[in-house]
Amino acid sequence: MSKEILSGNEAIARGAYEAGVKVAVAYPGTPSTEILENTANYPSMDSSWAPNEKVALEVGIGACFGGARSLVAMKHVGLNVAADPLFTLSYTGVRGGLVLAVADDPELHSSQNEQDSRHYARAAKMPMFEPSDSQEALTYTRLAFEASEQFDTPIFLRTTTRIAHSKSIVETGEPVTGLPEPSLERDPAKFVMLPGNARKRHYVVEEQLEKMAEWSCSQSFNQIEERDGDVGVITAGVSYQYAREVLPEASVLKLGLVYPLPKTLIADFAKRFKTLYVIEELEPFIEDQVRAMGITVIGKDCLPICGELTPGRVRSAISGKEMVPAYTTEITLPNRPPNMCPGCPHRGVFYALKRLKAFVTGDIGCYTLGFMPPLSAMDTCVCMGASVGNATGLNKVLKGADKQKVVGVIGDSTFQHSGINGLMDMVYNGSTATLVILDNSITAMTGRQENPASGFTLAGVESPCIDLEQLCRSVGVKHVRKVNPWNLEETRLAIKEEMEREEPSVVITEAPCILIKRDVGQRKTPLEIDPDKCTGCKACLKIGCPAIEWQPDAGERGKAVVNELLCVGCGICDQLCAFDAYREVKNG
Amino acid sequence: MAKVTNILLAGVGGQGILLASEVLSEVLMLAGYDVKKNEIHGMSQRGGSVSSHVRFGEKVYSPIIPEGEADMLFGFELLETYRNLPFLKKGGQVIVNRLQLMPPSVATGMERYPENLEQLIADQVSDSQVVDGLELAIEAGNARTVNIALLGALANKLDIEQNLWIQAMEKMVPAKFLSQNLKAFELGRQAAN
Ligand SMILES: Cc1ncc(C[n+]2csc(CCOP(=O)(O)OP(=O)(O)O)c2C)c(N)n1
Ligand code: SF4
Repeated sequence: MSKEILSGNEAIARGAYEAGVKVAVAYPGTPSTEILENTANYPSMDSSWAPNEKVALEVGIGACFGGARSLVAMKHVGLNVAADPLFTLSYTGVRGGLVLAVADDPELHSSQNEQDSRHYARAAKMPMFEPSDSQEALTYTRLAFEASEQFDTPIFLRTTTRIAHSKSIVETGEPVTGLPEPSLERDPAKFVMLPGNARKRHYVVEEQLEKMAEWSCSQSFNQIEERDGDVGVITAGVSYQYAREVLPEASVLKLGLVYPLPKTLIADFAKRFKTLYVIEELEPFIEDQVRAMGITVIGKDCLPICGELTPGRVRSAISGKEMVPAYTTEITLPNRPPNMCPGCPHRGVFYALKRLKAFVTGDIGCYTLGFMPPLSAMDTCVCMGASVGNATGLNKVLKGADKQKVVGVIGDSTFQHSGINGLMDMVYNGSTATLVILDNSITAMTGRQENPASGFTLAGVESPCIDLEQLCRSVGVKHVRKVNPWNLEETRLAIKEEMEREEPSVVITEAPCILIKRDVGQRKTPLEIDPDKCTGCKACLKIGCPAIEWQPDAGERGKAVVNELLCVGCGICDQLCAFDAYREVKNG
Repeated sequence: MAKVTNILLAGVGGQGILLASEVLSEVLMLAGYDVKKNEIHGMSQRGGSVSSHVRFGEKVYSPIIPEGEADMLFGFELLETYRNLPFLKKGGQVIVNRLQLMPPSVATGMERYPENLEQLIADQVSDSQVVDGLELAIEAGNARTVNIALLGALANKLDIEQNLWIQAMEKMVPAKFLSQNLKAFELGRQAAN
């Protein structure tokens, strides 16, 4: 045993290692990504990136049917993608334990919605553990594997951003030994979910849930902390920590298993308090069930449903008083939103789309930042893969010039995740929209993970690389062309031609993400601006490169300068300057 | 409840705040405290505002600092430090790096960078100190050691043995940059004396 300071995600990976997991599989997504990046450090687990969450779960299920313990990880919206196998997996149950780690993102720090995945536990009839710090993330991961096998059910391990990414001190343990070797075992009544078999399994699922609810009343993860006073709190996850900050005197029933709920335990606890709070983030998931038991509680009548909780928010909600900070900022401050990196290959594409006045159905990735000013060139963004279908839908209802304006924009990873199906539909149903695939050879947004078209696996081993051009041709797109996105004119002309074409077409912009370590060769000599030549016309500011800074007080009407430390010499700015002011830094 | 100390690190993505707060938390753990640390990854990376919460004491609950309860605001950039002032508790301390990084709206000429931030901070917070991290880092022989130089300045305010800092840096800083970072740390310590 040793003491380490670990993030929730690192602790889950450690827990999986200690639980003897053989297969770990995921599709990246903040805040869950580091789980697999860390399982990959343990050679006893086969860790891999799948092209999407549905595939990830199906691979995990296969390993579990072979008798191995498997861990599958994803972010909350990934669970929507994996929902189909999920709802039937709870019927088959498991052979080796299967744990699905799902990370919610209250406050939408890096997500497109704020869904509460606990509803999936109830909807899919799958038990769910929820840790409140890294130590529990480790312990509950181990426990979840044992419970999965004991109750013959897959189990959720739910975290939120503040658990997944917070670090706290953890005592690690030794890996379990003596788990059975994986093998083939035929059991059609359990593994072949045709109506006749599934009908019977549904009864088993209901029975197991009942048993588990009863069992969980006497387990230490559902824990009562007795304190004096007549205020009680029912809580789980990170909300427990906030409750302890705000109501240090209250007695607490801390739930480690948030589905199914330990009803007897809750009823006994509730009886003893005049004032009973349910403190939970997002939906009134526990609260509604407790109320349904006929217990009076205070919950979402004062606590917010939207956004994450914080100690301050819980305090204000409970006291009914606004917080007043001791120090204030008297002036309005410019915001600092994230921006594409200097030299990002996506930047020029959005500049081109803006000049073409395209209506851009967008998608999710670093390129979603093309929405931000000054590029401001994205008109829709719904979910991964939606750009293609959205373009097709618009294409169906529009006519003439408007119809030509519609361009879908999607990243390489997102295209493989779920864009390819949309492209099949585009061809099959005669859409004439244009799709731009931004191939930067990596899944960049989530921190640069490999994907099937990047040429490497999670372990960093070279792998067969999908040829995106051939893939598009194979589904029937006749017009597929590749362009260099660092060449503005080439990119603009190619997209323009394809927009005008009355057939489905794909433009692949091919240039690696500037942060890919193995491609550092693409960094060139930084540029500088000759102040005598810069007229202050601001043309180069239109691409919003963080390396170009406006100096309002230089010259008569201001001048642009390049921050040499940031510039990677991609040269897009140079193509915008009509006065030839950009030049390479000497001896740079 | 036993006293918990709260340090808020604030700056801009890419400034090495993550490493600084990792080293800090490791040191605090080695010194025998309960420690929690939190920051938001993801969207905040690409040049956006970044803050990292480090809390330590006998027993720490919330991984994020309760609003208005930071004992120390440790800023890597002026605007981001000023932005986070409301997190500071009355009588709290500020250490801030003398650096202005332009947010996109300023870099593209749509807004101006606020003036006199050093002064505005000093006017409000009596216990505040400005450190020139880049100068120290260059003196240490590597402009990329700013974060560790600043950490040196912070170390002066904390009662923790020097050898624990060195132990933590040896563990977390890449070996080939270790000596430059140790030097930067020392310079930071001296600068904040
Ligand atoms: C269903 C789902 N899974 C995962 C994510 C997290 N996520 C956001 S963007 C992205 C991948 C982006 O990669 P790519 O399309 O190649 O674009 P890049 O960031 O490289 O520009 C991922 C995995 C998500 N938003 N939705
Ligand atoms: S990480 Fe790569 S793809 Fe993302 S903004 Fe930076 S350069 Fe562009």
